[in-house]
Formats: sequence, C-alpha cells, structure tokens
Amino acid sequence: MFDSLQNRLGDVFDRLKKRGALKEADVTAALREVRVALLEADVALPVVKEFVDKVRERAIGQEVIKSVSPGQQVIKIVHDNLVEMLGTDSSGINLNAVPPVPILMVGLQGGGKTTSTAKLAKRLKERDRKKVLMASLDIYRPAAREQLRVLGEQIDVATLPISENETPVSIAKRAMTAGKLQGFDVVMLDTAGRLSIDESMMDEVIQVRDAVKPAETILVADAMTGQDAVTTARNFNERVGLTGIVLTRMDGDARGGAALSMRAVTGVPIKAVGVGERADALEDFHPERVAGRILGMGDVVSLVEKAAETIEVEEAERIAKKMQKGAFDLEDMLSQLRQVKKMGGLGGVMSMLPGMGKLQKQMAGANMDDSVIKKQEAIILSMTKVERKNVKLMNASRRRRIAAGSGTSVQEVNKLLKQHQDMTRVMKQMGKMGGMKGLGALLGGGGGMPGMPSPGQMPGQLPSGLGGKGMPKLPGGMLPPGFPGKK
Amino acid sequence: MSDELGEGEERRGWFRRLKDGLAKSSSKLVGGISGVFTTKRLDEASLEELEDVLITADLGIETSARLIASLSKAKFGKDVTDEEVRTSFAEEIAEILRPAARPLDVATGRKPHIVLMVGVNGSGKTTTIGKLAKQFKDRGLSVMMAAGDTFRAAAIEQLQVWGERTGTPVIAKAQGSDAAALAFDAINEAKAAGADVLLIDTAGRLQNRAELMEELAKVIRVIRKQDETAPHDCVLVLDGTVGQNAHNQVKAFKEMVAVSGLVITKLDGSTRGGVVVALADQFELPVHAVGVGESAEDLQPFDADRFARDLMGLE
Ligand SMILES: Nc1nc2c(ncn2[C@@H]2O[C@H](COP(=O)(O)OP(=O)(O)OP(=O)(O)O)[C@@H](O)[C@H]2O)c(=O)[nH]1
Ligand SMILES: Nc1nc2c(ncn2[C@@H]2O[C@H](COP(=O)(O)OP(=O)(O)OP(=O)(O)O)[C@@H](O)[C@H]2O)c(=O)[nH]1
Ligand SMILES: [Mg+2]
Ligand SMILES: [Mg+2]
Repeated sequence: MFDSLQNRLGDVFDRLKKRGALKEADVTAALREVRVALLEADVALPVVKEFVDKVRERAIGQEVIKSVSPGQQVIKIVHDNLVEMLGTDSSGINLNAVPPVPILMVGLQGGGKTTSTAKLAKRLKERDRKKVLMASLDIYRPAAREQLRVLGEQIDVATLPISENETPVSIAKRAMTAGKLQGFDVVMLDTAGRLSIDESMMDEVIQVRDAVKPAETILVADAMTGQDAVTTARNFNERVGLTGIVLTRMDGDARGGAALSMRAVTGVPIKAVGVGERADALEDFHPERVAGRILGMGDVVSLVEKAAETIEVEEAERIAKKMQKGAFDLEDMLSQLRQVKKMGGLGGVMSMLPGMGKLQKQMAGANMDDSVIKKQEAIILSMTKVERKNVKLMNASRRRRIAAGSGTSVQEVNKLLKQHQDMTRVMKQMGKMGGMKGLGALLGGGGGMPGMPSPGQMPGQLPSGLGGKGMPKLPGGMLPPGFPGKK
Repeated sequence: MSDELGEGEERRGWFRRLKDGLAKSSSKLVGGISGVFTTKRLDEASLEELEDVLITADLGIETSARLIASLSKAKFGKDVTDEEVRTSFAEEIAEILRPAARPLDVATGRKPHIVLMVGVNGSGKTTTIGKLAKQFKDRGLSVMMAAGDTFRAAAIEQLQVWGERTGTPVIAKAQGSDAAALAFDAINEAKAAGADVLLIDTAGRLQNRAELMEELAKVIRVIRKQDETAPHDCVLVLDGTVGQNAHNQVKAFKEMVAVSGLVITKLDGSTRGGVVVALADQFELPVHAVGVGESAEDLQPFDADRFARDLMGLE
C-alpha cells in the first residue's frame, strides 16, 4: 500500500534531470508527494503543512549536487528537516530534584502507561542504580493496581501497597511519604487512562500534579495513533504540562507519524520508545530511524554507517570465501553470530532495512530471535577449539558436556549442529550456482538464507544510497546464511 | 440492544456522553467545512481544502479522494451551500457504511455460540467482552467468559472483575498457562453448563508478530477440535484512535484468523474514527458495535446513517 517516497519522487524528477538548481515548481511537485507520504504515515495534517512549508523555503534555489538526482536531493532535505523536527536523541529522565523524585505518567486509555511505568522503573533501577517505588493511581480500571503490582514483582521493583477507598491524590501523597520515609530515589506514579476531553478526569490529574510537583510528566502514546495525536498531545500539554513523551508499540508496523505530530505540537522530547510487551522492551529514541520509518525508506544511512563500523571487512570476506567452498566451520559461525549481535541483533539489522516487514515475520515464525543468537553463541563457546574446527568429533558424550556447559539441552546442541550442516550444504550449492544477487548477497555474503524470500518477493525496495547507484554493498557475511533455522 | 427501564438514569448519561463526544468530533469537521463553504462556487481550491478536512478525520487519502471526486462530479462549478455539501458527504459515507452495520448475532441456539475476541494490545478486547456479556445477559442469554489472556499481568483478574460486575462465570487458569488449552477446557465447561454464549478473551498482539499470530491460529485449531464450526464469531477490536495502520491490522488478522466482524472502541474521545469509513470501503466486514466509554453500558450498535450524519454535524 505504501510506496516509498523515493519511488514517488522518482517519477516526479525523471522529467527534470540535468537542472542546476531546485526550482519552485519542481520543489512544489516533489512536496506534493512528500505530503502524501507523511499523511499515509499518520502525521497530522496541520503538522504536515507546517513541515512542507518549511522544507519548501529551504529547498528552493538549492544547487543540486552533481552526483545525486534532484529526487535524492529533495529526500535528503526532507529527511534532514524531519530529523531536526523530531528532535535530538533521547535525553534521559530528569532526576534533578530532591529525592524522592516524582515522575507522573499520563495518557489515553490503553496507551501503555502501566507497562511503560514498569519499563522505566526497571531502567532507572538497572542503568541509573536508583531505588524506585511505583504506585498506581488507577482506581477505575479493573485490576489496574494489581497489574502494576505483578509487574513490580516481575522486575523486582517495589510497589506501594494497595489500599481501598482512596482517591488518586491521596494515593499519590501516600506514595511520596512512603518514598521519603523509606529512602527511595524515585517515585513513579502510574495513572488511569483518560480522554483529553474529559474535563473531570483532566482536573483529577491536575490535582495529582499539584500535590506532588513531578520532575517529569510523561505522555504515553501509541505509535499507531492517527490524526487525533495532535489533539490529545496538545490537550495534555496545555492542561497538565508535559516534559516528555514515551511512544509505545514501535515494534508494530505503523509508520509512526504520531511521533512527529506530538513532538511538533508539544515541543517536548520523545524520551523513549516501547518495542514490546516485556519490561526490557524499551529503547532510546533515534530521530534518524524514526524519520526514515515515517518516510517509508528505512534507515539505510545508519545501517550502512553501522555496518562499516562494526564489521571487520577482511574477516567477513574470509568467511564468505570459506562459505562458498563449503569449508565453513563452527568458529566461522561464531564470528558471524557476533557480528549480528554487534549490529544490534537481528531486530536491529532488520529494523533498519526498508520493507522488511515480511522478512521479519518469517524470521519470527522461524524463531529467529536474539535469544536464539545468545544461546547459540553459548553453545559454540562451550566447545573446544578443536571441536569447532571439526564437527565430526561431536559424539554423544561431547554433546552432553557442551549442553551442560552452555546451560542448554542436548537437543539444542543437536539443533545447532544440524543447522550448521544445513548451512554448509546450502552454501556449497550456492557457491556452485554463483551466489545470490541483491539482498541475499547483501545479507549473506554470497550465501543466502534458505527459506527466505528471494529478493523479488521482497516487499518495498531498497532505495539507492544517496549519491550512488543501487544499494551500497555491505561487506560480505553480515548475516549467516540459513541462520539459525527452524525449530 | 436491550433497554432496561430501570437504568434510565445511567442510560441518559451514556447517551449524553456519546452525543457530547460526537458533537465534539463533528464540530471540528463541520467547522472546517463551514470555513470552506458558506455559499460559494465549488472550485479546485475549495475541493482541496475539503479533502483536508476529511483527512483530518482519519478517512485516509484514498477514501477522501474518492469522496471528493464524487462530490466534484456532481457539483463542480456550481454554487453550493454548506448544508448541501454536508448532506452530500453524509449520504456518500452512509452508503459506504450501511452494509457494515450488522450487530453480533449470538442467539443461534448453539450451546455455546463461541465468540473469540482478538486485536492489538490495549484496543479494548477485555472491556468489550464485559460489555457484550452484559448485553447478552440482559437479553436473557446465559453467558460464560474465558480468560484466554494468560500472558499479560493481571489480565485474568481484570476479566474476573468484569465477571463479577456482570454476574458472568469466568473460566480461568493460572497466568502463564497455555491459552489454547484454556479455550479447550472452557468450551467443555460451557457445554456442560449449557451456556448460550461463550466469550473468549485473548492476549493483545501486534499483527506483524508472526509467532504471536501463529499462537492465535493454534487457539482456533484447538477450539475446532471441540466444535468444527467454531469460533462462530471472531471479532477484531480496533482502537478508535488508530490511524492508517488499521488497514494492516484488519488485513493481517483477517488472513490469519478469519476475522468475521469488527468493534471500534473509544469513540467517546476526541477521535473521529474516520478510518472505519475506509475500512468498510476496503474490507467487507460488519461493524458490530462501537465502544463509547468504560462502563458495561457503553457499547452502542453501529448505525451507519447516524454515524455518517453525526460525523457531518447533521441532525
Ligand atoms: N507490542 C507492544 N505492546 C505494548 C507496548 N507497551 C504496552 N504494550 C501492551 O499494551 C497493552 C496496554 O498496556 P497498559 O500498560 O496496560 O496500558 P495503560 O495505558 O496502562 O492502559 P490503561 O491503564 O487501561 O489506560 C498491554 O497489553 C501491554 O502489554 C509496546 O511497546 N509494544
Ligand atoms: N473511553 C473508552 N475507554 C475504553 C473503551 N473501551 C476500552 N476502554 C479502556 O481502554 C483500556 C484498555 O482496555 P482493555 O479492555 O484492557 O484492552 P485489551 O484490548 O483487553 O488490552 P490488552 O489485553 O492489554 O491487549 C482500559 O482502560 C479500558 O477501560 C471505550 O469504548 N471508551
Ligand atoms: Mg494502566
Ligand atoms: Mg485484555
């Protein structure tokens, strides 16, 4: 349904190659496509207009750099402005106040406040070494306080004991008192979901705010939100006063235009993004990534940069060669696993590529996730160097020893060995066929992942890198081919 | 929907809330349109502005363009009044929505008629189950609920509270147990109890998470071991504030678990829920009901004409 902006702009600019500077008419034509792309990504219309005007002003008259097409030039301008408007990388939670520092979480129903409260608490506890107390002021939703209590248990963070017949304001006060008396550094206040047009509920949260004077008031909002994002964000900001936003469900396939809408109308930073249901599924906010996502073009730039940074080219090429000969041993597999890990895991690699939804799905379906990577790494690390070079040595007692050593089971060891065997076989075949082109080659260094769609099936398109033709080739062997196989 | 006179007070509150909500939603849209038109010639510029107004209501670019095109065909270059434009739009929208307005029919004589609620996280599945249980009970049906969200913290307790509120038995196992097995057992219990309706809750899941979607498919496979024709309804609950991602949600859930109808929640808020128009346009799925609040009574049948006319601020 969504064409990438690059594709859209390609058509617009085909007609006007070889022109010196970007002319008003050209820019206007391009920005019509930008407008559509942003609206499809759910950026709110007033924000789209403001953005387009700003870009128009900056783009007209700019010299087109020789090596890029006008389309690419406009994309770069659009992208840069989008990044600017989205703000800077995550700033941390502001803890500059007398402890216990109150943090107030607010938002619409079901946005992810309670879950995000636990996620932030866990992060403050682990990253900042803070002693955190969580309290739920949600006296309305069935089992809301119980939910926070259970989450507290799961992440080993204290929660305020629940008592009945208390107003949210008095719970908040009790939490602050408990925080003071028991020496907590931070008190996180989770609140009930409320509509921004519900006057009495908005008044309630204002009373809470006035009672505790939070150091941070964080709006928790769903990345899938549509045009309503501006209304909600504006109302919460005007009535309650926000200091930050947490954007949840960024693990979904929404383009996330709400991020731009909310940032634009409130001016407050996006503090973190939720990428899953578990307490550790919280990430820093990276404007480049989100900009690429909103434009539907993936974050190719940072993928390339990151790849260049982390992959030791020679090592990768050495492995790629061995792969093609079918002489790929477990030591090589380990090296590949580690490169994927360095790139931010499979999710990290995938999320940076455009049109990877389908692929990600298949990987998830095949249980290819980062925990598998960790496990497989552990298994190989429990082998001796000699075993890694020569799989044939692997008899039953060695397998048992390796399983015990890596905290896995013999079945899991067997599975890894089977995968290695499959990979070797497939790679031999690939080598004979002259390797795969396109994305397969990009990811597999001439290998290719069995069971993965051929590049033709890939949804979307890899936009050509700025200034170059086609996707810049990454050093071979970024992802192990066939890795790590099915259950 | 059954009307209990004894609840007059609460009911009036609910209607007022709905009306206030809708008035708020439509006033913005209508304000926009009135700004464009008082009585003036329908030209390119006014059409473009009009299209913006529809986009702001989440109708999406395609549906908005289609509505604009049909308006422009009929009226381009003519002098039109505000009222005419509104009526024309409302009619167009109602036409798209009318085939979708079909309530959930559970009085099928099956014992039990099995309804599976699915959807992304936080959309309102559990709450909608509570609301439906109340409606069905008010109609004299015997209802049971199954706490099929065995994953999220306190999801079971949440449904149990709804069970207490509505006087409905809840079949549950410990958190972390297998959702499919729970569904299987729940059907057994509902059969034994001779229940008319069994409402099965499920954990929220994003449609792009293949392994979670597969888990849902497994729940259905296991349900079918009990009754080949079940689930008799598979209702996708959509958050009314959702934007264009709703298309992906409907598509993915429809493919994976044969969704048979929709419920749209949170329409009491500042959102317009305009994406429903686009969805009805694109997928042939009934919209069974709309959620307009957090209490058991806050579930409305979906009325296409009223939705459309309210959206356009027409009486
Ligand atoms: N996939 C995904 N799910 C999330 C994320 N954050 C929260 N959730 C899920 O969203 C649902 C709602 O989350 P809650 O934390 O209960 O939301 P809330 O805002 O506290 O809800 P109310 O208190 O009812 O207003 C739960 O199923 C969470 O597991 C996220 O980043 N990704
Ligand atoms: N205002 C309003 N709130 C609603 C409506 N429907 C549900 N909610 C609220 O939305 C929040 C989430 O509802 P749930 O029923 O827990 O959603 P869910 O889909 O079961 O969530 P998960 O199981 O976590 O995926 C709760 O705070 C509900 O009270 C509605 O129609 N209007
Ligand atoms: Mg909550
Ligand atoms: Mg639920």
